[in-house]
Order: sequence, then structure tokens, then C-alpha cells
Amino acid sequence: MGFKRKDLLGTRDLSALEIRSLLESAESFKEIAERPLKKVPALRGKTVINLFFEPSTRTRTSFEIAAKRLSADAVNMSASTSSVVKGESLLDTVDNIQAMAPDIIVIRHKFVGAAHLIAGRVGARVVNAGDGANEHPTQALLDLLTISEHKKLEPGLTVAIIGDIAHSRVARSNIWALLTLGITVRVCAPPTMLPRGLDKIPGVVVCARPEAALAGVDVVMMLRIQLERQDRMLFPSIRDYARIFGLNRQRLELAAPDAIVMHPGPMNRGVEITSEVADSDRAVILNQVSNGVALRMAVLFLLGGQGHE
Amino acid sequence: MSNNNSSLLLKNARLIDAGQNLDEKADILLVAGKVAEIGASINSTAATVLDLDGAWVMPGAIDMHVHLREPGFEHKETILTGARAAVAGGFTSIACMANTKPVNDSAAVTRFILEQARLAPAKVLPIAAISKGMQGEELVEMGDLVAAGAVAFSEDGKTVADSKLLRHALEYASLFNKPLLCHCQDNALFANGVIHEGVISAAHGLEGIPTLAEDLDIARTIMLAEYLDVPVHICHVSSKEGVRLIKSAKERGVKVTAEVTPHHLFLDERAVVDLAYGETLDESLKPEQLCYNTATKMSPPLRSAADVSALRQALADGTLDAIATDHAPHEATEKAVEYDLAPFGVVGLETAVALSLRLVQEKVLTPLELSARLSLTPAAILGLDDRGTLAVGKAADLMIIDPELQWIVDPGKFYSKARNTPFTGWQMSGRVIKTIVDGEIVFTL
Amino acid sequence: MSENKENSVCSAQDVTQMLKRIAFEIADRNSASEKLVLIGVLTRGVSLARRLQKIISTASGRELPLGILDITLYRDDLSIATHHPVVRKTEIPFSLDGVTVILIDDVLYTGRTVRAAMDSLIDFGRPQSIQLAVLVDRGCHELPIAADFVGVRVPASPQDRVMVRVAESDGFDKVTVMPRNSIPQDSTSGEE
Ligand SMILES: [Zn+2]
Repeated sequence: MGFKRKDLLGTRDLSALEIRSLLESAESFKEIAERPLKKVPALRGKTVINLFFEPSTRTRTSFEIAAKRLSADAVNMSASTSSVVKGESLLDTVDNIQAMAPDIIVIRHKFVGAAHLIAGRVGARVVNAGDGANEHPTQALLDLLTISEHKKLEPGLTVAIIGDIAHSRVARSNIWALLTLGITVRVCAPPTMLPRGLDKIPGVVVCARPEAALAGVDVVMMLRIQLERQDRMLFPSIRDYARIFGLNRQRLELAAPDAIVMHPGPMNRGVEITSEVADSDRAVILNQVSNGVALRMAVLFLLGGQGHE
Repeated sequence: MSNNNSSLLLKNARLIDAGQNLDEKADILLVAGKVAEIGASINSTAATVLDLDGAWVMPGAIDMHVHLREPGFEHKETILTGARAAVAGGFTSIACMANTKPVNDSAAVTRFILEQARLAPAKVLPIAAISKGMQGEELVEMGDLVAAGAVAFSEDGKTVADSKLLRHALEYASLFNKPLLCHCQDNALFANGVIHEGVISAAHGLEGIPTLAEDLDIARTIMLAEYLDVPVHICHVSSKEGVRLIKSAKERGVKVTAEVTPHHLFLDERAVVDLAYGETLDESLKPEQLCYNTATKMSPPLRSAADVSALRQALADGTLDAIATDHAPHEATEKAVEYDLAPFGVVGLETAVALSLRLVQEKVLTPLELSARLSLTPAAILGLDDRGTLAVGKAADLMIIDPELQWIVDPGKFYSKARNTPFTGWQMSGRVIKTIVDGEIVFTL
Repeated sequence: MSENKENSVCSAQDVTQMLKRIAFEIADRNSASEKLVLIGVLTRGVSLARRLQKIISTASGRELPLGILDITLYRDDLSIATHHPVVRKTEIPFSLDGVTVILIDDVLYTGRTVRAAMDSLIDFGRPQSIQLAVLVDRGCHELPIAADFVGVRVPASPQDRVMVRVAESDGFDKVTVMPRNSIPQDSTSGEE
């Protein structure tokens, strides 16, 4: 069995074996969504706390459904309802949560390393649901699960990740997981959104223009542009960004004829991706969403269903 | 402290003193707080005798850059606890930065610091702010502050962004022969950065602080000093390019001096995500706690390995004049937060000399060069002509070092109130076993 | 090594005979039921179910639908298990409403696997009835569960381990009993 960790904090140090075993487990969980009664008793009596310091309805809902389909008691705590607003430190908050004896804490936080900080503190198992621009491991794993429905996850495959790489935890978690599986990764962003030093990471191919990144690729991952970042002078206008970096039909033709198009959502239609492409049969964006539940079920089960050694 | 008439005879020392260019076996007689005699074999019936059996005697280390937090942040450190940490680490004089609350921008605060320091085991030298309230708008009353005992001016922690104000500060301070100690940082480029902008920031999504933010301001500061033909001192240089700028300025005859911290000489950006890299660390730390450990967060940040080797080279060739700790104590709870939210700064007084001895073991410095970087040059930069060397007639401020003593850094045993060191668990070879200030033993291991 | 401590209970030939008999009994008892399906419990139960399906098809021409059931998510001992559970895919490509299910496993021991399997089946629909077929009933049931079709009864104590090997996963068919303490650690042969 590949995955034996206490926590899932990132994809960076997962082995290929661990990644493949997580995907394999997730594969088994897909079928549960097709059952008339979409629920199994595996985590009955376990408590999963979704601790979200950043609003994210999608990810939180996905984790919540995953926990509930495993019969766990899922409790959502968001920053507005928790005591964080009162100036309590993160460790104080998790000490309080730990005192309620949860089995798994799913955390989303705007700062890098928040999940690591609490994982070192609590006995509960911790799943990182996004820490700053660092990691979002379940998103990357569900992306791999989605790719695996169309392509073989093995050397020879080429994936292009296009968008705001600098601020994207989705990009980072995907980069680490893809590189570990020996898959070629091309990244492309406006120079203002490309972290300096990325080109020094072995295996990452940096492309200045989307045309170069797209040429012949098997998988295209478009990242969400956070429009609220505009005041930081990262790009002159949305129109300019869309014109140079947006994925439209003509650009998609540069990719392999059977290339698939992915997006972690929520999409800015007409900005990073045109509706024509997003709604085409090349897009697997909704498969990503349904795979998200299966993948998160697998993660919660593998963490929460483990016996203590 | 200095009005004692007792005498102390140190026998069989290895005296290492750059001020006299001495590295030899010697006896040293200390009388009435001063060095009275140095010789191959001194006998004195009046003096208390300490047989050192070959241990090293060096001038007490002088730290021109510490934060003692008093007044205002006594929960982090006080002048007394900071001074105790200093002598435990071999420092006999420490110059304390002005970013207290209130800021040391008036003679009253300077006098308060000196008053608090009367009972302190080390000599405490107040550094005054450059601008009132460190607001970067109006110059402090430099004359008044110098009269009260300020040894230098610095806005450390911040930069004087207004070039005209910085110009006037440099000009006016030169009137008193007091140096400006400049923390160089371009605020716009520094922005919300928390670690060095490089492979680690790229890989982990932490906001980067480019070396450019530092280099640009070093260049500006040097150009001002060159234009005005006045001295200036650059604090905690961390980058290769900063070193190059200082070196070339020195070659042109600019009166620039510079310091470097031990953490910038021993750690690089990798420590942020793997505090254990290259060293065996405290095994009580869990793997998750070795990653994003806030004990690696300081400003300027830990740079690349290439920067570290440039700093070592520059310290060896004299481009960097002094080793200073930038001792920046913080309470444990203040550091036990998300990396982005943690305050900048690490403590250094109790590890700096031991780490500096490592530089000798690693053949970066000779023992004499070490004595220059720790004592002679800092004294010269601060204009302290009574110390920094153990020549006859100078203050009997010295440290006695067992160069082979093996020990492990344990912050639990620090005299400092703070524990925020990135060197927890490091195996050290060589340690200060006694510290003497004005002829009195103020620390014994 | 430990092989010589194994007491062979059934040979490959015995296994074939038992399955033939079970197949006949199933067909006989359910000749009137129109909706009859076979569901094997992973792993060896599935192999046995496939063989029963084939025997019934050859003998009577009746093609029974076959489902695969993984009961990992229904186990009641997950929190005390010291190993890391592997979830495999359940495949029941037909409705269970109103059908007669023949649930097939290799060994009936405590009955907990069967309990988990029944819970799972009931979550899939409302079968008319569930009948249980096992190759070996070794006794020591901990739940009020009995098999409808049994290949062989092997009274064994909890200190013994009853192992069923099937050609599909082990290369050969055989049923053996051996003392628990002589089992090699890496043994994966089937036991409930
Ligand atoms: Zn500073």
C-alpha cells in the first residue's frame, strides 16, 4: 500500500507510488456516486472539520460531500464564524478544535505553511485544502485522476499550465505531482506572474508565449486569473491579458488533436478561456468536479480509516 | 564598574589580538579595570591568578547591532537580560538600536537606556534614531543625543526612504564624528516579501524579497556618502551584489564600512523549508516544524548559497569589516504563527562567537582576522578608542575561549529572554568560558 | 518450512466437485426465481462466483448476471485494523430491487464479512432475498449468520487458520488448516 502518512500537506514530497495508490483508490470511489444510495459507512462516527479561513464554496462543498458519503460527521468552520476574527492565533484556534477531538481537519488558509503549522501541533490528521500560493494537493490529484481518464500518466505526456503561476497553489501542486510521474511540464505566464527562480527547478520548461507552451501538448490547464489582483500592476488590463494569454479555439488548435482542456474553476469566461473552448467536447472541467469528490473520499478514507500502529 | 582596584593575572593564555597583531602564548595582568602588562611570564603577588592552560584570550567582542527592546517591549528582552546574554556569548560591548517604544530619538530615552544599563554586566551603547519617531520626516537633535551618550544613528528595521533627509543626516552626523548605520532596503521592491526571492520562494509560493531591494539602496547610500565625502556604515549585508558595490566603493576611497551577521554566513534560503539541511538538529522538532520554521525569518532574509559564499569571501578579504548579530529577540508566541505573520528577526548574542570560531575552523578567517572582525573594527567604526584591543592601558574587556569545548545549542539555556534561533541543536566546537569587563569576571560557564 | 504444518482438507479435485454440487443446489433451489444474480465478495469470492456462473451456464444454459463486491468501506474493524486498507472497485451493473442474490465468499468464519456485505447490498437496493454460498464453513460464528450452500464444513478452533487457495489468485485450488502461529507473515491467502 502506498499511502501511509498522517497528513496530506502537499504533493511535493509524495512518491510516485503514493500518488498512484491515491489515484487507484479514488478510482474505486467513483462508482459510489452512481449508486442509488450514495453513502457508505466507512467513516461512521468520525468527525471531519472543514476549517476554511478563505471563502471557497467549491472546495469546501466537495470535501463536505466526500465526508458525508463516507458517513463521517462533517462540520464546517469558516473564518467569519470562528474566533479568528477576534484576533486569536491559528494555534489557539486549532488547540480549541483539537479539544473537540476531531479525526480529520481539512484546512484552507491564505498563508503558506498554515497546514504544516497545525499538522505539527494536533493529533488529528490534517488535509491541506490550499495554503497561500503553496499547495492544494487534492486539486492536483483530482486533475491527475481526470487526465488518467483520457491519457496514460507516464513519461511522454506533456502538460501545459498557463496563467498566474506565481500566485497559484494549483499550479505548484500539479507541477510537483506531474514531475514525480515523469511527465513533461510547460508553464506559461506573463513575466509579472512567473516567479523568479522557477526556471531553476529541474524539469520545469518555462515558455514566454502561450503558442510555444501549447504546441503539441496533450493536456492544457488554464489557471484562474484573480481579477482582484489587478491593482498590483501585474497586467495592464483584462482585455490585454485575454488577448495574449487567453485560450481560444485558434490557440487550442496548436495543441495535439486529442488534447484535453482543464480548469480548476471558477472560470472567468472570456478572460483566461473562451466559452467556445470551455463548453467544447475537449473540455473536461465538469469531470474534474465529479472526480474531486471521489478523490477527496479516497483521501479522507485513507487518512481516517487507518488503524493506529 | 571600572572603579575597582583589584588585579587579575591570566597565565598561560594564547593571546589573540588584532590591535597588536599578536597571536602568542602570554600572561596578561589586569589592574584597576585596564590591561596593565603583557609578557611571557608575569608574576604578581597582589593579583588573583587564573591559569588558563592554553585557552584563548581575545578582546571582548563588540556587537554594533543588537535590539534590546527596552523601553517598550520588555516581554521580548530587557537591557539586563540582553546584556547577560551578551556576556554569556563573549560580548563586552553592545550597541542597541533605536526602534524601542518610545523610539530612542531624544536625550531622555538615551539617558534612560544608560541608566538601566548601570547594573548590566556588559557595556551598553545607545544608538539614536535618525528621524523623530523613526517617521522619516524630521531629523533628531543629534547634538543633544551625542551629549547624552548616543554612539551612532540608525533607523534600523526601516530605511530612510527620503534621499534628501538621508543626505542631511549624513552631513549633520559628520559634525560629531558619529556614524550612520544604514539598514538598506527599497520598500517598494521589498513589499510584502518574507523570504529571499529565489528557487525556494518560487517553489513554495512565499512572497520573495529580491536582493535588488537591498542592492539598490546600498548603491544609493554609497553614492550619497561618496558625493558628500562622509563615512557611512551598511548594516547586515546579505547579497553578493551588495558586497560588490561595497568593494568597489572602498576601492574608490569611499568611507564605507559594512557588517555581516552569523546567520547570513551559515544559512541559506533552503533553511526556510528544511531547517535540518546540512546539520543534525534537535530531534524533538517534528518534520513539519522544520519546514516554514519562523526562526528562519529575518530581514534581510537568508539568501542563496552563492550569496553566502560571497559574504564569506568578503569577510575574509575585509570588504565586510565586522561581524554583528542583529540580535532581535521575540517572544515564543509571537513567532508561533503563520510564516507570513511572524515578526522578522533572530537572536544571536549567545551563538555568534561560537559560530565565528567555526569560520576559523573552516579556514575562512585566521584567529587574528576573527579578532579584528569581532572587536577591533567595530570599536573603530563606533569611535571607541578605549577598547577593541588588549594593548596596555586599554579597558580590560576580554573573553576567554576554550577552542575545543564541544556543546550543542540549546535555546532553553539562553540567558536571553528569547529563544528564536535557527541554530537549535547545532553541534559547536569552541565556546566562551569566561567574560571579563573592566577587569571583572562577569560570566563564567 | 511452514508448508509441512499445513493439513490439506480438500484437494483441487474436491474443490471442483464441491462447486459443482453448490451450483446444482443453487439452480435447483432457485429454479422458480426469474431474477437470480451472483455476487462475489472480493477477492476469492469473485473467482468462485465466476466458476459457479460458468458451471450453471454449461449445465442449464442459464446465464446469471455477476456482480463484484468490495466490502472494505463496510467493515466494522477499520479502526482496529493495523494494516492500511485497500479499497477496490465494486461493480454491480444491474439493479438489486426484487432480485434473489446469491452472495458468494470463500470462507465463513465470524460472519462479519457477510454482515458487511449484506449492509452494502441493501444500500444498493431491495433484493427479494439474499442467500449465502461459501466453499468452507469453519464454524466459530460471532453473528447469527448461517450459509445456505456449503462446500465443506471444517470445524476449526480460533487458533487455527483455514486457508482457501484458488487457481485465479494462487495458481492452484486447495483448502488447508494450519496453526495460526506457523503462518508466514507475508501470507495473503484467503481467510475471512
Ligand atoms: Zn536591520
